Amino acid sequence: MIKLKQILKNRLLIFLGLLAFYGIIQILLSTNILNDYYEINIVLMGINVILAVSLNLINGFTGQFSLGHAGFMSIGAYTSAIITYKLGLPFPLAILIGGISAGITGILIGIPSLRLKGDYLAITTLGFGEIIRVIFLNTEYVGGASGLSGIPKYTNWTWVFWIAVITVVLIKNFINSSYGRCCVAIREDETAAESMGINTTYYKTLAFTIGAFFAGIGGALYAHNFYIIQPETFNFMKSFDILTMVVLGGLGSITGSILSAIFLTFVYAVLQDYAALRMVIYSLLLIVVMLFRPEGLMGTKEFSLKKLFKKGEKSSEFTVN
Amino acid sequence: MSLLSIKDVSIDFGGIKALIDVNIELEKGSLTGLIGPNGAGKSTVFNIITGIYKPTSGKVTFNGKTISQKPYNNTKLGIARTFQNIRLFKNLTVLDNVKIAQHIHVQYRLLSSFLQYKKYLDGEKSQDKQAMDLLKIFNLDKHALNLAKNLPYGEQRRLEIARALATKPKLLLLDEPAAGMNPQETKELTDTIRFVRDKFDITILLIEHDMSLVMDLCEDIYVMNYGKIIAHGTPDEIKRNPEVIAAYLGEEDIDEKEILSIEGGV
Repeated sequence: MIKLKQILKNRLLIFLGLLAFYGIIQILLSTNILNDYYEINIVLMGINVILAVSLNLINGFTGQFSLGHAGFMSIGAYTSAIITYKLGLPFPLAILIGGISAGITGILIGIPSLRLKGDYLAITTLGFGEIIRVIFLNTEYVGGASGLSGIPKYTNWTWVFWIAVITVVLIKNFINSSYGRCCVAIREDETAAESMGINTTYYKTLAFTIGAFFAGIGGALYAHNFYIIQPETFNFMKSFDILTMVVLGGLGSITGSILSAIFLTFVYAVLQDYAALRMVIYSLLLIVVMLFRPEGLMGTKEFSLKKLFKKGEKSSEFTVN
Repeated sequence: MSLLSIKDVSIDFGGIKALIDVNIELEKGSLTGLIGPNGAGKSTVFNIITGIYKPTSGKVTFNGKTISQKPYNNTKLGIARTFQNIRLFKNLTVLDNVKIAQHIHVQYRLLSSFLQYKKYLDGEKSQDKQAMDLLKIFNLDKHALNLAKNLPYGEQRRLEIARALATKPKLLLLDEPAAGMNPQETKELTDTIRFVRDKFDITILLIEHDMSLVMDLCEDIYVMNYGKIIAHGTPDEIKRNPEVIAAYLGEEDIDEKEILSIEGGV
């Protein structure tokens, strides 16, 4: 059924497509056709893609309603900032350690809280997110309420693009494996999953940890994009922002998360000139989408070029007949 | 030695005795029925065997080992079940339903699923093949890529059995497999269950209200009422057991004609 050669060929094509896309944007940025304002927003889109896709693994695929994503993001942000700014170590190391420390926090929070379900889990994760924020708020070493400023700006299009690509590929691969299927089974029916031999606590914690790891990486990129990080940046509103992207894109659709992260970041940026109306328009937009597509833009489906072409073929056949 | 042995098991739910000194022995390869009126404690027995409930007293051993209180560990020991109200992964494909159940036998590790090594590809390939073979046996292969919720009722029941078998169990527990089926479907199901027992060489314990199915299929029957085992024996012995008749009809002296009518279905 699966042919190795075909797979390798497809992967090569996808890689070339990505490389071309990266190259075009890179040229536009370096020739200043897209100025700094665009660059900031494009980078932000990439970061939001990482955050939304990683939260979708927890909320959409494993069905565990987490509201603590900003907490994990802040751990990645602060840890990486300490590593580059305070310790003067290289940026790639900071990204990696930012992710790992967020992942470890994910395990520590996941083990006790994932025994809970639904609303209870949501409240607990919200609480943990706030606890993390308050800890940073009261730690003088990282600047307390005024935050850390003077973080070197290392994040750029190249870093964000390739890390976002790696995030998406790894999470997609995970979901298409036996491990990922176990996570989806838990979302579908926890009792049945357990009677199929699935250790539900283990798989929930696994998904939670992987999600937290990539949130930490997103946080590290975020910290090195904006010169300053403050505890207030990572309050629960940030978690809701990410959640909005996931729900809008469709719980259980990676491509949905990618599209909606890009779309919402874009809308947010465009509306920046209308500060007073921004939240109103933003909310109205969400209400409209939720009214007409309650399952999100993509539902649980994935967008694929192959299907698009196939559909095209079918319809052309139909007209010929 | 018997495959499953339930010894003097009792369970209380806040003062209500759901099971009282229940003893059940299943021989390897046997096909046993567990019957009784509603609320007799049959499903509780299943939940004890699968480790969902912990008995207040008594012991359950499977293959010589005491069963775990974690249902997923008991699946690894070789116990699989279906549910009274179908619990498929409704929004997933038929193929994925089976593949999820295969996961305890998957060869590749976490790292290779992230990076999709050759090991992953080979693993997926053999999983696909095994799953399709299993679906073919249950005549579900043509629906492999349909969503489970779109299958007709009878096929959903069959898929649930196929999914349970994908865990490669030694003991299969069927909770009212014929519920909601018409006589034709019940007949087919009877053949399927018998076929499964012979083909996969497993032991089957089933709860069922459809007496024709139980009497036709089972070699050994346990009857429960009010949390107790009130009778145990072959179908013929059970049919003539006055206590069983009393439990079902609420009377003690009944003539042969009425007894035979029980067979038609209660």
